[in-house]
Amino acid sequence: MNPDKMKKLLKYVVADIIQNKIVLVYTALLLIISLSVFNLENSAAKGLLSLLNIILILVPLICIIFSTIYMYNSAEFIELLVSQPLKRRTIWLSLFCGLATSLSIAYFIGVGIPILIYHADATGFIMIITGLFLTVVFVSIALLSASLTRDKAKGIGLSISFWLYFSLIFDALVLFLLFQFQDYPLENIMVALSFLNPIGLSRVQILLQMDISALMGYTGAIFRDFFGNSAGIILSYVGLTAWVIVPLLISLRKFKSKDL
Amino acid sequence: MRGICKIVGSFLFLLTTLFVNARTINVGKSRALKSIQSAVNISENGDTILVDPGLYKEGGIIIQKSIVLKGINYPVIDGELKHEILFIKGKNIIIDGFRLQNTGRSELKEIGAIMIYDSYQISAINNIVDNANFGITLQNSKKCTVKNNSITAYGKSEVQSGNGIHCWKSDSLLIIGNKIAGHRDGIYFEFVTNSLVWRNISRKNVRYGIHFMFSNHDTYIGNIFEENESGVAVMYTKFIYMYNNYFLNNWGGAAYGILLKDITDSEISGNVFTRNTSALHMEACSRINLYKNSFTNNGFAIKIQASCDNNDFTQNNFKGNTFDIGTNGSLVLNTFNGNYWDKYEGYDLNHDNVGDVPYHPVSMYSMIIESNPAALMLFRSLIVSLLDKSEKLLPGITPENLKDERPLMRPLRL
Amino acid sequence: MIVTKNITKKFGKLKALDDVSVTFSKGECIALLGPNGCGKTTLIKSLLGMVVPDNGTIEFNQSSIKNKWAYRSRIGYMPQIGRYPENMTIANVIDMMKDMRKENNTAPDEDLVKSFGLNNMMQKKMSTLSGGTTQKVSAALAFMFNPDVLVLDEPTAGLDPLSSEKLKQKIISEKQNGKLVLITSHILSELDDLITEVFYMQEGKLLFHKKLEALKQETGEEKLSKAIAKIMSEQEAL
Repeated sequence: MNPDKMKKLLKYVVADIIQNKIVLVYTALLLIISLSVFNLENSAAKGLLSLLNIILILVPLICIIFSTIYMYNSAEFIELLVSQPLKRRTIWLSLFCGLATSLSIAYFIGVGIPILIYHADATGFIMIITGLFLTVVFVSIALLSASLTRDKAKGIGLSISFWLYFSLIFDALVLFLLFQFQDYPLENIMVALSFLNPIGLSRVQILLQMDISALMGYTGAIFRDFFGNSAGIILSYVGLTAWVIVPLLISLRKFKSKDL
Repeated sequence: MRGICKIVGSFLFLLTTLFVNARTINVGKSRALKSIQSAVNISENGDTILVDPGLYKEGGIIIQKSIVLKGINYPVIDGELKHEILFIKGKNIIIDGFRLQNTGRSELKEIGAIMIYDSYQISAINNIVDNANFGITLQNSKKCTVKNNSITAYGKSEVQSGNGIHCWKSDSLLIIGNKIAGHRDGIYFEFVTNSLVWRNISRKNVRYGIHFMFSNHDTYIGNIFEENESGVAVMYTKFIYMYNNYFLNNWGGAAYGILLKDITDSEISGNVFTRNTSALHMEACSRINLYKNSFTNNGFAIKIQASCDNNDFTQNNFKGNTFDIGTNGSLVLNTFNGNYWDKYEGYDLNHDNVGDVPYHPVSMYSMIIESNPAALMLFRSLIVSLLDKSEKLLPGITPENLKDERPLMRPLRL
Repeated sequence: MIVTKNITKKFGKLKALDDVSVTFSKGECIALLGPNGCGKTTLIKSLLGMVVPDNGTIEFNQSSIKNKWAYRSRIGYMPQIGRYPENMTIANVIDMMKDMRKENNTAPDEDLVKSFGLNNMMQKKMSTLSGGTTQKVSAALAFMFNPDVLVLDEPTAGLDPLSSEKLKQKIISEKQNGKLVLITSHILSELDDLITEVFYMQEGKLLFHKKLEALKQETGEEKLSKAIAKIMSEQEAL
């Protein structure tokens, strides 16, 4: 990899994406939602709660679909770049970083700044950080979808399926599991399972801030010991980082041997 | 007018004769009397014993005369981890201004820093009790005052430590302005009646901040109960009055802001419940009026078992709680009206600050968690929101009658 | 300059390249011809590293290009369809390419930028350009960095006759500078003045690779288009 070239390419890609109309609309939409939520709700804490769903549902959806479409629309541009004296790794990582940076900027402007204005406490910070992580994770998953199939429609379908799986189906399956085996102690398994879903992992981080009183009651020693201490919190973020890196590396492997 | 003068005059005369007869006895390293017990032995009713600063290694001081035992600049009486320190049995005795430390420990017998038995009008004021098994105990006594003491222990487990202020079978006690930490129960009442517990701070005790049972007609005002291992538990009592107390930061599976079990005919008002796992837990309670309390940022604001009836909740604020109300049955014999719930999503067309549609404070997921605690990890996920929303439209699991018909649109100023 | 040895590439059941061995030398201008789907584009993409052959080797200046990327600084590529990030201006695209290829310390060749008049519309965004203008940008980029090899995929498609002529002149002058030029085109009449060799493919196989002069002599035709037509009809007859 050539970090110098990557930095330069990244600069052009970011400049291109942040001028994209959809990204501008996305930023404005987040900003309008955040500001109205904080202004309409009776308390800032309640506003934060309303924002939770935006962060856990809307942000991943927009990020994954936009990134997937962007990758397919850039097929010819990628071909041109591949014909240049550039490593494929440089090209792929530049596009990834470009998407991740631009969408993170959009998220930070749309959600981060309102939170900093209205609710700049630990919960607010955790929400900003997990939102940024989810943005990058779903860009990474979008690249994975784009690398798995040449067909744009299939790729977008795959991305929506990933989103649906992580935001709804996974939790439904876990809930089902919980009821099937409710006579067994499932705390350990729940901790392990939460690492299999980046949205769940982010949600737990926010729960630990918002609903700490309730969590301390129910989860027994395991949740408290695991997520309650700094090692557990660090491990959660390591988990989220893995959710960025693993799909990205798989997609990179695919891209490296892909015929364009 | 003349009559009043006569009465005042005779009262003053009586008072002076009392003072003329009363002596002041000094105790200290540089005094004739070196030990407190020797001073007590030669004293008579009405005497004052003044103790110089210093360390007095004498346990088991027995006081049975009506005297004032006063420390100058907190003289230290050390029980050397062997015995109890002050043993009191009598009337009109004041213990004021001592530092009492290192009592003995026993699992068979209650050993305390100040032990008051079968007494009348005893005051224990301004003392510092440090590393005692029991701090101050009262048994079978009346009209006693425990005021402005600071009682600290370093208990690790329930078995090894005793209570801070331990009262049994007493009447008309005043427990005021004490600070208690690190004991088993901060304040313990059993068969104590007509008493006042006012402005005490009980925190970080290994079991309960306050624990009472069979103690009717007591009043609790302005106390702070914070970070106790199991919060506060009160049982089997009638006619209690709790006003303006704080129940804060009691976390854990068996920790309650306050647990009420078999409490009847009582009033709970103006209290603040913040960041507790379960702020208010009620079992088999009847005829309690709960009003103007605020419940903020708790796991459950209220858990009310189906065994409760005729309790009335009104004008309370519910803000930022994970769950407002949890219950274990579908039978609802209690009323919830005119409270403020921050989760209420109704409307108020006529702007009278009362919502036009009822609020159902029991969420379906809270009932799921009751039966399956690990499911809390999925809380606030999309699937759970969808389940809760669908339950709101077509109630199936949650008790339909548990509702606030007149929810407030704006929080009360409490 | 470029030597392929027995390269084969399958896409599923389709053999896009079937045992193709060929040598492209310096100073030649070679037309890659053949019906649609004959494997021309796959061959070009293999040379550029976009497609990795299943078998065989490709050498560029006597060294294999497998897993290499630096050799591409010697190649200028003009794709058949150029699509660029829509919010980049022409200036952005040109600057980006300069940044990507700056190791060639020679001054960039901006002849085509000027002769196509691109320097007057540098701040226009790529998404607002017509197909022809986009092609002009692609062409200008291909020639900009003084590459030893030019790979032009349908270069004149979409260009107006004047620009098309300017491009042809540029190709001729580069050929005279000793560069290797590979062109695919459907408009055979355009190629007459340009090319020196013809490379004809069919169904993934190399049918023939001949000097233009030799081809003309064999067929007795003066025009490339007629010569090719004759060969194809002979093929049919077989």
